[in-house]
Amino acid sequence: MSRRAAYDGVVAAVPVTIPYERYSIQTAHWWIGRALAETIRRAGIRKRDIDGLCVSSFTLGPDTAVGLTQHLGMSPRWLDHIPMGGATGVVALRRAARAVQAGDAEIVACVAGDTNGPDSFRALVAGFSRFAADATYPYGAAGPNGSFAILTDAYMRRFGATREDFARICVAQRQNALGFPHALMKRKLTMEEYLAARMVSSPVALFDCVMPCAGAEAFLVMRDDTAASLGLKTARVLSTIERHNAFPEDPIQLRGGWAQDMPELYAMAGTTPAGIDLLQTYDDYPVIVMMQFEDLGFCAKGEGPEFVRSHDLTLAGDFPHNTSGGQLSVGQAGAAGGYLGMTEALRQITGTPLGPQVANARTALVSGFGMINYDRGLCSGAAILQAA
Amino acid sequence: MNPPLPPRRKADPLALPRQALMPQGGRSRAALGLAAMAAQGRFTLQVCVACGATQYPPRDVCHECLGTDLPWRDVATGATLLGETTVHLSGDTYFRVRTPWRTGLVALDCGPSAVAHVHPDVTPAGRARMRLMLDRSGQGVLLALPERDTANMMDDPMIREMTCDPRGRRILITDGRSALGQEAARSLLAAGAAQVFLGIADAWKPFKGQDTLPGDAVPLDLTDATSVGELAAEFGGRIDIVVNTALHIRPGGPLDRRDLVSAREEMEAAYFGPLRLAQALGPTLRARAADGPYGACAWVNIHGIDALAPDPSFALTGAAQAAGLSLSQSLRTALAPIRVLTAFVGPLEDEWHQAIPPPKVTPSALAAAILRGLREGLEEIAVGDIAMDVMRRWRDNPATLARERAG
Amino acid sequence: MSSLAAFAADLLAGKIKVIDLTQTLSPEFPTIALPPMFGQCAPFRLEEISRYDDRGPAWYWNNFSCGEHTGTHFDAPIHWVSGKDLPNNTTDTIDAQNFIAPACVIDCSVQSAENPDFILTVEVIKAWEAKHGKIPAGNWVFLRTDWSKRSGAAYANVKEDGAHTPGPDPDAVKFLVEERDVIGFGVETIGTDAGQAHGFTPPYPAHFFMHGKGRFGLQCMANLDKLPPTGALIVSPPLKIKGGSGSPLRVLALVGA
Repeated sequence: MSRRAAYDGVVAAVPVTIPYERYSIQTAHWWIGRALAETIRRAGIRKRDIDGLCVSSFTLGPDTAVGLTQHLGMSPRWLDHIPMGGATGVVALRRAARAVQAGDAEIVACVAGDTNGPDSFRALVAGFSRFAADATYPYGAAGPNGSFAILTDAYMRRFGATREDFARICVAQRQNALGFPHALMKRKLTMEEYLAARMVSSPVALFDCVMPCAGAEAFLVMRDDTAASLGLKTARVLSTIERHNAFPEDPIQLRGGWAQDMPELYAMAGTTPAGIDLLQTYDDYPVIVMMQFEDLGFCAKGEGPEFVRSHDLTLAGDFPHNTSGGQLSVGQAGAAGGYLGMTEALRQITGTPLGPQVANARTALVSGFGMINYDRGLCSGAAILQAA
Repeated sequence: MNPPLPPRRKADPLALPRQALMPQGGRSRAALGLAAMAAQGRFTLQVCVACGATQYPPRDVCHECLGTDLPWRDVATGATLLGETTVHLSGDTYFRVRTPWRTGLVALDCGPSAVAHVHPDVTPAGRARMRLMLDRSGQGVLLALPERDTANMMDDPMIREMTCDPRGRRILITDGRSALGQEAARSLLAAGAAQVFLGIADAWKPFKGQDTLPGDAVPLDLTDATSVGELAAEFGGRIDIVVNTALHIRPGGPLDRRDLVSAREEMEAAYFGPLRLAQALGPTLRARAADGPYGACAWVNIHGIDALAPDPSFALTGAAQAAGLSLSQSLRTALAPIRVLTAFVGPLEDEWHQAIPPPKVTPSALAAAILRGLREGLEEIAVGDIAMDVMRRWRDNPATLARERAG
Repeated sequence: MSSLAAFAADLLAGKIKVIDLTQTLSPEFPTIALPPMFGQCAPFRLEEISRYDDRGPAWYWNNFSCGEHTGTHFDAPIHWVSGKDLPNNTTDTIDAQNFIAPACVIDCSVQSAENPDFILTVEVIKAWEAKHGKIPAGNWVFLRTDWSKRSGAAYANVKEDGAHTPGPDPDAVKFLVEERDVIGFGVETIGTDAGQAHGFTPPYPAHFFMHGKGRFGLQCMANLDKLPPTGALIVSPPLKIKGGSGSPLRVLALVGA
């Protein structure tokens, strides 16, 4: 049994997605500001009611969350800046929840946003981290495509996964995206199209890659009584996990930090994988999705390929997964990509989806993964949320 | 098996040649150590003095015990390929015109995993032999080669990017009057150089070997700006490798001479001459550095090992050699992506070193070492026992070496 | 009309021609090749300062460097050890009156073509005098060999045992200085002495005796074939180098049209 304190009395509410754009002439400040304004409007509060702020962005530079407070005219008494890429949504939630629980802040706005110009992504990749600049970018400069291609190759070789297996994930997500109004990819994807797509960095092909874009996501964390007084639909935080640089002794990444912390995740929530109604994984590449199925306990290590062959991953299927279409279909708005699953899960379990509603969605698992600092993703996290 | 390199084709005179772009060269200070070691052809990584853990990528702090004493040590070169990719689409201007490009993650026998360039003959999930190479930005990169040499292994386009094999290339040797220049020409022609130009200064003065000159004699006097300018204008567009063999070594310390005449001549040969040649030839050479697998690639300068610390009996030569070495170092940046290979030599087997006991370096030994350095893509070689000995002492402690040499 | 005015009028009227006896100063022109353990005479070098460019937008100019004995040059008495203690023996102290003087030209071009080691002897000089009269005091004596028509290796004509170029023997030089009181000796080759004169006794007699008696030398001249055997007036002022042992110069000959 976990000895960690539960997140009693804390809820998440008001999931906001600002529709993505492939390229934007606006700044990260602009995107984050829009998300905050929308959050405030929908919560029916004033800006100064937000006394905690948690920010994630890759393109805010040279500013951090600190500079943003002055830019936005806010005076929070609790401030955080989380540079964890795809793990930011989960990590923001768990930090904000503890701040609210401890009374350090009343209402924390968690927000992630990035802009995207024609050369932003290349520039970001070129200077992503010291190890990346020293020891990956000079090797073909394929960025995350190259890094995940190597992991995908090793995974395929080790566990017998095929491109068709990865296609199942991508095709199902595209199916989900067709009902999600903000998805940048609006055309149906077939298995044949997936398999025929041009190689980007073998075995990673075009439809294995996310499309970098501009956008912002946000949600609020507060006490349940605060939410009730505002008349908001909310979700409780049953459990969370976070891990960085897990399994450093693994010569190549075939598992993420979830594998280390999964028992605690379910124990704290008092549930099992069978109790999860919908899953939002971090899907920058389908191989990572498959690893999350395994490392979060939905199947054993190495059974990911079989799992996707035997499950329907669409909204209406037996294993609703990445119900908005995920980053693979909606787009990857920088750090906001780490929030996409969180806001989608909150909408689904509070009955406020932007697209079709997943039937009987009460308990959701949101998983995050981020920061290919060198040869592998370093940050992993997950949260189990339940409709209040 | 890797196909053999197709023979050199004549350039399309109407086509704009590929621009000489470079892969990203920015590195942390620790990672610059890779280049320093690749320059010498050594396979070294940082090893923690406190706990013995091998580090990669280069670090400032040991990932195992947080020790901060992480000297570079020779490590095992074996590795196993764990996963790989062939990049077809790169956002980088250098790589995007050089795809497909194979890279992968290898488990090094010495411990860490490392992203590396992967030779086509390394079998998937197979064993590999690692080397540290200099890429076109002059930075140290890891290269996985097949465990044993394969046919045409060094013909792979990726390898041609990192080496300066003279095969199929046209070479200028600056001093064809010297035995060294002539030996270098013979050795490069034997290695498959397409053409060797031998610079001849003072053609009116007879010299040894003039009737059996290997390669094509061209008028060139590095001490004469006009001559250098004319050579660059006439042949600049056809030279892929420059081998500067101009050496002017005279005995004497600062007080042994009463004038600057020969000191100036030493500076002319070691510093002003190469500088003139670089000014005249450098821009053209650099612009042609991406001109296919036979493009311009290297500049070789020979330095007396006295460049590192003077021998009192050749002290003024040492000063000029030090100036030349400093120029070589700045040419690395100025000529990039052209590789600058510095070949350090001890006493040569020539008339100026009659009073020096052996071991001495013969012209043919020096020529052979230069050829090897080019083929392996090195940036720094020490030729002969004396040069290697002085180099080791210099790496150990330059200040001590200066006093040892002062003897 | 004074003689000078008559001269000037003849010059303007084209009755007197100016012949350039100078080789072009260029980097590739050979200099004397001494054994490598000796100090070496610097060849001519030109380094551009600017050429209507960012280094100087409207002007073109160069720095040049060379030895005092590079190209067509003048030897002052101090050049040789035998003349080191004479008064007024340097380029800046030689009386300027010496810089304009008539010349006798001894044509040995045929002999030199046959034999690069041709030696000018007293006998040859006397044979010339028999034809053209006694060499007057204060004249230059120029040895015409047509060597200036050669170039590069043929001009220097250096073999394994040294240079092979014509020049005078010791007696001939002594004769010119002591018996004919010449102002100096001029040649087309790199030195006033023969290429093999290091083996003479004394070595380099033209240098030894000419400079020992305060006489001058002119070397690397051209166009001696355009001069009459007698009657040419030579203008040969060296650069006024302080303490100089010689200097490159422009040598002009004035001859009747």
